[in-house]
Amino acid sequence: MDFLTLIQILDSSVRLATPLLLACLAGLFSERAGIFDIGLEGKMLMAAFFSAAIAALSGNAWLGLLAGIGSSLALAALHGVASITFRGNQLISGVAINFLAVGLTVLIAQDWFQQGGRTPSLLDGGRFSPIELPFAIGPTEAEAAGRPLSRLLVEAGPLQQAYSELISGHSILVYLSLLAVPLTAWVLFGTRFGLRLRAVGENPAAVDTAGVSVVALRFAAVGICGVLCGIAGAYLSTALQAGFVKEMSAGRGFIALAALIFAKWRPWYALGACLLFGLFQALELRPDVLEAIFQTKIQGQLLGALPYIMTVVILAGFVGKAVPPKAGGVPYVKER
Amino acid sequence: MTAAAIELKSISKSFGPVQANKDISIQVQPGTIHGIIGENGAGKSTLMSILYGFYKADKGEVWINGKLTEIPDSQAAIAAGIGMVFQHFKLVENFTVLENIILGAEDGGLLRPSLAKARKSLKTLAAEYDLNVDPDARIDKIGVGMQQRVEILKALYRQADILILDEPTGVLTPAEADQLFRILDRLRSEGKTIVLITHKLREIMEYTDTVSVMRRGEMTATVKTAETSPEHLAELMVGRKVLLQVDKIPAKPAAPVLEIENLRVSDETGVERVKGINLTVRAGEILGIAGVAGNGQSELLEVLGGMRTGQGSIKLHGAPLPLTGSGANGRARRAAHIGHVPEDRQREGLIMDFHAWENVAFGYHRALEFQKGVLMDNAALRADTEAKMEKFDVRPPDPWLAAKNFSGGNQQKIVVAREIERNPDLLLVGQPTRGVDIGAIEFIHQQIVALRDQGKAVLLVSVELEEILSLADRVAVMFDGHIMGERQAAETDEKELGLLMAGMTAETA
Repeated sequence: MDFLTLIQILDSSVRLATPLLLACLAGLFSERAGIFDIGLEGKMLMAAFFSAAIAALSGNAWLGLLAGIGSSLALAALHGVASITFRGNQLISGVAINFLAVGLTVLIAQDWFQQGGRTPSLLDGGRFSPIELPFAIGPTEAEAAGRPLSRLLVEAGPLQQAYSELISGHSILVYLSLLAVPLTAWVLFGTRFGLRLRAVGENPAAVDTAGVSVVALRFAAVGICGVLCGIAGAYLSTALQAGFVKEMSAGRGFIALAALIFAKWRPWYALGACLLFGLFQALELRPDVLEAIFQTKIQGQLLGALPYIMTVVILAGFVGKAVPPKAGGVPYVKER
Repeated sequence: MTAAAIELKSISKSFGPVQANKDISIQVQPGTIHGIIGENGAGKSTLMSILYGFYKADKGEVWINGKLTEIPDSQAAIAAGIGMVFQHFKLVENFTVLENIILGAEDGGLLRPSLAKARKSLKTLAAEYDLNVDPDARIDKIGVGMQQRVEILKALYRQADILILDEPTGVLTPAEADQLFRILDRLRSEGKTIVLITHKLREIMEYTDTVSVMRRGEMTATVKTAETSPEHLAELMVGRKVLLQVDKIPAKPAAPVLEIENLRVSDETGVERVKGINLTVRAGEILGIAGVAGNGQSELLEVLGGMRTGQGSIKLHGAPLPLTGSGANGRARRAAHIGHVPEDRQREGLIMDFHAWENVAFGYHRALEFQKGVLMDNAALRADTEAKMEKFDVRPPDPWLAAKNFSGGNQQKIVVAREIERNPDLLLVGQPTRGVDIGAIEFIHQQIVALRDQGKAVLLVSVELEEILSLADRVAVMFDGHIMGERQAAETDEKELGLLMAGMTAETA
C-alpha cells in the first residue's frame, strides 16, 4: 500500500466519521443531561430526508440544512415531551422515533416525488460541495492543466498529497463538525450551562434544590441534540451523497451511541472514537487494501461489527471503566 | 420583641388520601436552635419541604422575618434566606466541592470567575465558622461528615440566615455528630436560626433551645427544652408512655449455636475488612456487635448471611458451614435455619416495587406449604402475609401494597416478621431500628427478645450504642476488623464501649 492510498483511506475515514461525530456529540449533550437517546438514528434519517427534499425543491443546500434541523428538532421535542414532561420510558420513546422516521420518510418521499421512496438526485446548488483550500490540488487545477486530477496527485509530493486529499476538499459541514468538538468541550466544562447540564445528568435533585429548573435544562439538552442530529442527517443526503434513499442512515445513529460509550461521554474521546469507527467503515469499502495488508480475504461485515464488539469490550470493563451519567434514563420525580 | 424568623400559619398538605400536615402553626425565634421531633411519617420532612419550596402547601401562610412570603420553588426559598440540608444529600458525586457549592449560584455564564470567587469566600466561611473542607476534593472521595459540611457551606454561600437540617446525624458517627453540633452552636452564636429535625431525643435535649413535637401530621406541642424531659417528649410523640429501656429477663445462655474461628473477609476491592476474629453465640442470648460504621461489622454480617465469601471457619451447632463455593449463599443459610435481617432493608431486605406478600415470600418461597404442584400457591402466601402483618401490627395491613408505600418502621416490621416467624435457630440482625420510629423500635426489640427467650441465638449488629446496651446480653466491640473486647452488657457502659470503638483498650486509654 502506497502513501497516497493511505491518505485516501484516511480522507474517506474523515468523511464517514463526520455524521458519526455529529450524532455522537448530539447524544453526548442529551445523555450528559440524563436523557438517553437511542433515537439518534431516527432523527438523522428524518433530517436526511427533509434536507434532500427541500434542497431538491429549492435548489439551495442551506435551506435543506435548515429543514433538516427543523425536522430533527421536531422529533427531539417529541422525545422531550414523552420523557421529560410525561416522564415516560426514554428507550421506548427512542425506539418509537426510529420506527416513525423509517416509515414517514419513505411515505412522504413517495408522495412528493413518486420515485419509489427516494428524492431526485441533487444538482450542484442543492449539495454542499467540497471546499478547496488555498494551494491544494483540486478539480480547478486539474482543469487548468488539462489532465486528470488523479494523475496530478500521484505526481505531487507526500506533503501536498496529504494536504490536498486529507485536509482540503471537504464540505463545510465536515469542518463544522470538527469545530464542534472543542466547542462542546468548552460548553460542558467551561460554562455555567455546562456545569448545570452535567449536574442534572448526575443528580437532578441537586439541581432542583439549588433553585434551577430540571425540566428547562433537560429540554435545552434535548434541543441541542436535535440540532446536531439535524446537521448529521443533512450531511448524509446533501454532502456525503446526493439525495435521499430509504434507510440511508444505515445504523450510524447506533454506531454513534457505541462511540459515545467508547468515548466515556467525553468530547475529545468522542472525536477519537468516531475517527476510528470511520476508519473501519472506510476500510470496509476497500476490500483490496485489506487483502493486501492481511494477505487473506477479510469479510467486510466483520469491520461493520467491530464498533459494537469494541463497545461491548469497553462496557465489560476490560479497558478502563465506562461510567454513564448516574441519573441517565431515569425521569426526575420529586420524592415523596 | 423581634419578629419570628419563621412563622407558619395553619399549614395543611395532603398527598392523595394521606394528610401529611394538618393545620400546623409554629414560630421559630431568630438566633435559636429549634428542634422538631416526631416519629417517622409524622410529617416533619413534609413541613420543612414546604418551607423550602419543594412542595406546595394546600393551605396556610409562611412568614419570614415578619413578612408574608410566597415560596413556590427552591429559588424563592434561597432568596428568602433559607438553606436546607436534606437527609439524603443533594450533591453531585463526581463534582468537586467547589463545583457543588456554586451550582445554581454562579456569577455569570463562565465558570472560571465563579469558581475563583467561591474559592475565596469559602476560605472566609471556613475561618468564620470552623468549617474546613478541601475545595478541590471530589464528593465521592470524601466521607459523609465532610459531605454534610459541603451542604452547610452551600447554604451559607447562598447567604442563608435560616438553616434547616433534616435528620443530620442519621449517617454520622458519634464523633462526627459532636463536631456537627459544635458547628451548629457556632452558627447560632453568629445569629443564624437553625431548625433541627430529628427523632433522637438525646439530640433535642442536649442541643436545642425550643422543641416542637409532631404526631401524625399535627403539631402537638412547642415547649422550651429546658422545661421538659425526654420522657415527656416521648409521650407527646407517640401519644402514650413508652419504655425506652427494653424489658427483659436475664439471659440463660446454653450450648453454643454459632462458633466463628479466625474469620477473614475481604471486600470487592480486595481490602481485608474482617481480620481474623473469633466469636461464639450461644442459644438463648443476644450478642451485640458494637462499632463505628465501616469497621467490618457489615462484612461480618454479610458473610454469615451467605451474601459474601470469606476464609476461616464458622460452625452451626458444631457442623461447619461453607464460606465459599456453591453452599455459601443465602438460600443455603436459610436452609440451615439462619434468619437474616440485613442492614439496609431497602436494598437488601425488600424489593421496593413489589407487593408486601411477595416480599414476605422471598427467601422462603420454596417452602412446601407454598407450593401447588409446579406453581406457587399465591393465595396461601397472601394469607400467610396477612397473619404476619396482624401479629406484627404492620400498618396498613394490606398484602397488596407495594413495599415502598409503607413507612420505614413498617417496612422493617415486614422484614423482621419474615425472618423471625420462620423460627430460625440463629437470627442475624443488622441495624434493626435504623430510621424507625420509637413505637416500632419498641415492638421490634420485644420480638427479638422473645426469640431469645425461646432459646434461640441472636447476633445483633448496630451502630446505635444505646440499642446495643439495652438489647444485647453480651457486647463485642469491633474496630478496624478486629474484636477489641467483649463485655457483659450489664457490666459496661457507653464510656467504656466508646473507648473500645475508638480503638483504645483499657491499657492504652
